[in-house]
Order: sequence, then C-alpha cells, then structure tokens
Amino acid sequence: MSDQDKKSEGNKAVEKGSPQDYWKANLRLLGKLLAIWFVVSFGFGILLEDTLNAIPFFGFKLGFWFAQQGSIYVFVALIFVYAKKMAALDRAYGVEE
Amino acid sequence: MELQTLTYLFVGLSFALYIGIAIKSRASTTKEFYIAGGGVHPVVNGMATAADWMSAASFISMAGIIAFSGYDASVYLMGWTGGYVLLALLLAPYLRKFGKFTVPDFIGDRYYSDAARIVAAICLIFISFTYVAGQMRGVGIVFSRFLDVDINTGVFSGMAIVFMYAVLGGMKGITYTQVAQYCVLIFAYTVPAVFISLLITGNPVPQFGLGSELADGSGISVLEKLDSTLVELGFNAYTEGSKSTIDIFAITFALMVGTAGLPHVIVRFFTVPKVADARKSAGWALVFIALLYTVAPAVGAFARINFINEVNETKYTETPDWFKNWEGLGLIGWQDKNGDGKIQYRAGAAFAGKPVFDDDKKGASGERIVTNTSTDSANEVYVDRDIMVLANPEIAGLPDWVIALVAAGGLAAALSTAAGLLLVISTAVSHDLLKKKFMPHISDKQELMYARIAAAAAVGVAGYAGINPPGFVAAVVAFAFGLAAASLFPAILMGIFYKKMNKEGAISGMLTGLIFTIGYIGYFKIISPGDNVAANWLFGISPEGIGSIGMLINFAVAFAVQRVTAPTPQHVQDLVDHIRVPSGAGSASTH
Repeated sequence: MSDQDKKSEGNKAVEKGSPQDYWKANLRLLGKLLAIWFVVSFGFGILLEDTLNAIPFFGFKLGFWFAQQGSIYVFVALIFVYAKKMAALDRAYGVEE
Repeated sequence: MELQTLTYLFVGLSFALYIGIAIKSRASTTKEFYIAGGGVHPVVNGMATAADWMSAASFISMAGIIAFSGYDASVYLMGWTGGYVLLALLLAPYLRKFGKFTVPDFIGDRYYSDAARIVAAICLIFISFTYVAGQMRGVGIVFSRFLDVDINTGVFSGMAIVFMYAVLGGMKGITYTQVAQYCVLIFAYTVPAVFISLLITGNPVPQFGLGSELADGSGISVLEKLDSTLVELGFNAYTEGSKSTIDIFAITFALMVGTAGLPHVIVRFFTVPKVADARKSAGWALVFIALLYTVAPAVGAFARINFINEVNETKYTETPDWFKNWEGLGLIGWQDKNGDGKIQYRAGAAFAGKPVFDDDKKGASGERIVTNTSTDSANEVYVDRDIMVLANPEIAGLPDWVIALVAAGGLAAALSTAAGLLLVISTAVSHDLLKKKFMPHISDKQELMYARIAAAAAVGVAGYAGINPPGFVAAVVAFAFGLAAASLFPAILMGIFYKKMNKEGAISGMLTGLIFTIGYIGYFKIISPGDNVAANWLFGISPEGIGSIGMLINFAVAFAVQRVTAPTPQHVQDLVDHIRVPSGAGSASTH
C-alpha cells in the first residue's frame, strides 16, 4: 500500500464514516473479489477452458491449468487480500475490535 | 523391517500421539467442549480446519478420481477450494461476530424462531451423518489392506481412538489432535508425490512435474503423453473430459456453496478470538488445503501413467505384487476375454457392475475368476478408483516406509474429519435440541454430560455404518453437499446480507430447497438409479450438481414469501447491524 493510501485512510479515520458507509465499502470490495473468484474458476477453468487450451503455459494447456492449479492459487490470494483490505477498512471507519 | 511391522509402528506412533494430546486437553466446560474456549490462534485454527475438512475422500479417493477422469475431476479441485472464498468473504467473520456456539444457534436467533433452529439442526445432523459413515469406511479399508486385520476390527480401533479424544476433549481435544493429524497427513501425501514426480519427470515439485517432460528422454510432456495414450486406448483426452459444460458448472457451484455451508467447517471459525482472526484463519486453512489439492492432480496423472505402463499388455503371471494384492481384496478384477493371458486396458467397463468372484477359484493364468457378465468392450480389467493413492507408492516401487506412512496419513485424514463431524452432531443434540428447546433448565455441567453422551452415541452409529455400509453410502455423499448448498448456505447468507429476510421466508426457503434436492437426488440415486442418465436430468444437471438449483429455489421462495408476510422485528434488524461490524465482538457466549 502506498503512503498516499495510508494518508487518505488516516483522514477517513478522523471522519469515522457511518456504519452504512462501512457496509457499502465492504460490499464494493466483496463485489470485486467475487468477480475475480468467478472469472478464474467458472470463466477460465470451465466456460473458456476450450479456448484457453490453445495457449501453452509452462507445459500445461492454459485452461486445464486454471481448472486444476491456477484457480486454487488465486483463491488463496483472494482471501488474504480480503483480510488485509478489511482490516484497513475496519481501522478507517473506527470499527476494529 | 517388514512392511507390516513398519505400518504398525507408524500407525501406532501416530495413535499414541493423538491419545496423548487427548489426555492433555480435556474439556471441563461447555465452552471448551463446543468451541475450545474461543482462544485458538488463527494459523493453528487454519491447520485444524484443513484436517477437519480433508477427509478420506480428499486423501484416499480424490487423486484416484482425477487419475481416471482427468479434466472432469476439476469440479472437486475448484469446488472444494473455491468454497473457502465464499466462507471467508460471506460467512465466517459475521458468524464469529455473532458469537454463539453453533450454526442452528445463528439461524434460530436471526430468524427469531425455534422452528428454524430445529430445521437447521436436523439438516446439520443429516448432513454430518452421511459424511461420517464414509470416514469410518475409509478407516476400515486402510486397516484391512495394510494391517491385515478384518475391516470390523479396523473400524472398532478407529471408533476407540475417536471416542477418546472427541468425547473427552470435545473441540479442545479435537483442535490439537487435528493439528497433529494435518502434519501426519500432509507429510504422508507429499513424500510419495515428490518421489514419483522425480521418477517420472526428474522434477521434485509435483505441481511443476505435472507440466514437465517425461524423464525417459522422449521429449513429450506428461499431459501430452496421457492425452495421446488415452485416445489410443479409446478414452477421451485427459485434459478434455466428457461431462457437459453446464454439468461441470453446476457441480462446481454446488460443491463450492456446499463446502461453505458445511457445519463442521463453519463451527471451526467460532474458536478464534476475533473477527479479523476468522478472516485470516480461513486464508490459512486454504493454504494448508491447497498444499494437498495442488499436489493431487499431479499424483492422479502420474498414477494413471504408471498404471497403464505396468498393467496394459502385461501377462497376468508377470504382474507386480500390488496387482494381485488388490485383486485379493476384490478391488481389482480381470477377465481374459481374448484368452491371450495378457491384460488389455481399454475404455469402457470390462464387465457389468463391481466384480463378483467365484470364491477362490483360479482361471487359466492363475487370476481370480470374475463371474460378472462380460461387456462387448475390449477392456478386460476393473480397477476401483479408491485404491490409487494407497497403491501408488507400491506401483512406483517406493520403499516400504513410504507405504507405511501413507497408511498412517489415510487414517489421520479419516479420523480428523470423523471427529469434527461427531462434535457438531453432539453439539446439535445437546445444545440446539436439548438446552435450547426441550430441556432449557439443565446446568452447564449437565449440558456437557449430554454432549458427551451424544458424542458417544454418534461414534456408535458411525461405527455401525462403517461396518455395515448401506449400499448407497457412496451415492449419498452428493446429499451432504447438495443439502448444505440448498438449505444452510442460503439461510445464513440472507441472514447476514438481507436484513429484511424474515422467518417465514427463511423457513419456507430452507424447506423447499431441501425437499427439491432430496427428491431429485433420491429419485436418481436410490429410487430409480437406472434413469440416472443425462437425457433425463433437469437442464442436463446431474444429481451431484443439483444443489445449485436447490439453492436458487431456496432464494426464490424465500424472497417471494418474505414479500407477503410480516416484516422482520426491529430487534432482529439491530442484531444484523451488530454482526456487520467487527467492534464489540467479545468472546463467544451462551447468552
């Protein structure tokens, strides 16, 4: 996270937005992360599998790789990104434990 | 040392470890029994969750399914991991903030209704029992193959161990044994995978080995080799699969949502100290799960290559020992259709159904005679997919200690999951049904006693199911996920994200979702299995994937009913506001 981001969060902390704003920010984050969740698994691994299989990827066909390896790595990353961003959001809105 | 002595040693040592932990961490209050006191570190909880989640199905069966169905098996890989994203983002932190002991607790309070609580408790008990029967069976198989005792003795030993730490230690005992079991199972899974990856590709990391060239100098990669060999033998290409796209989509979705709705997994997130810990802990759980799940596709692919190399066009008299060992257990069967004394492995079933043997009578090459009616297929060999992980080290010719380790790992996987399931069953009985409904005046001590009695009874029932597996055990695993997807997941999700959802909506949604899903799976899996073909399925969706539709029906009915019934009371709307922010969580409590 850049210094600029930290600064703007600091400002928010002073303002302490309402719980409704916190919830909306949470939903926006969820929407983004779940879109990625959907694209790597149902998109790349299933619906576009055949198309992506034309692309070689480190000895794999790309669609097959997403279905049996890649999507899992992305899932792990998504949860940690979520945990980190939510912790920042909790602080910004002053609702941390 | 003999293989059997080594196996006894490894299994014995691991069991001693589990019992030691059980004795050290006895639970003395319901809070310790239900949620380990609520002070479990998120990484520790992540590891325990991984062991809790990865069952005999993940450890023993999954790589075998991948080996024999290639791309189609991606539904399990994505479905059983992607569910954690839903769990972490949509459920776990809020349920932790809610701060009670069980899933029916949340549903009962959020929908201000004992009827909702009881429906949820019954779903939970049903889901968990279907699941646990399979675990005990897994224990029995490992015992009978590697320790040369009969399946019943194996199941009894497993029951005794689980009894020790689940009944005495409750969640506290289970948490720390699960951590130990995770270490045993991941080591046991990875070591043979690394060996085999080295043998086949020269790359020690199985995840990369799967994408590497074969070490035989042919310049062909593992997956190319599999694709071309399988097509030659009449199968579909390994990387393409045969299920329809809509079915793959529906099954993956049902497994993801079902995973997120499985009560024994959800309840693990009640044990961490804070909301932020619940989020992180889900991430750690998935890291530990991914260590096995990204290795499994490699194990599956290597196993298929090895199997074809060792078996196809080999004379029966020259087959390796493992082939005859598993044939002896009835999990491999061979009919020499063309009378050449060699095993032909081709696409299609060799004969109708599972092999039935003519006692110990031997055929012309010395094989056990299979009495089933032959099919027209050129294929001559039946192989049970569940043996692949257990047989893999033998097939690859690995040292005996690796084989012994795999046996201990399989037991760790089955026992850790069984214990987690038994715990939520006993909690649902003692807490959700007795304390919250039928015997509200019992003290904490009495409730703890009932929890132990319920756990002991559940161990007994699970053991019975392991010894006398109902014929449909394998078939009803689809039930566990389908029902979790169609009943619990939508009710919890709407409880958190849609403040206006009222009790009438939630209950009617759960019931219609349940009835539809039970009806569909029951019809195709139990009542009329002959009709279970794609042409008869709704939208071409198999019973394994129907939970997705059940979930949509649940949502649709819930929203429709909610519109025409009394609104959610203010104090419940306030409760929802309260669980949406992390501050003021405190530790989980009964009141």
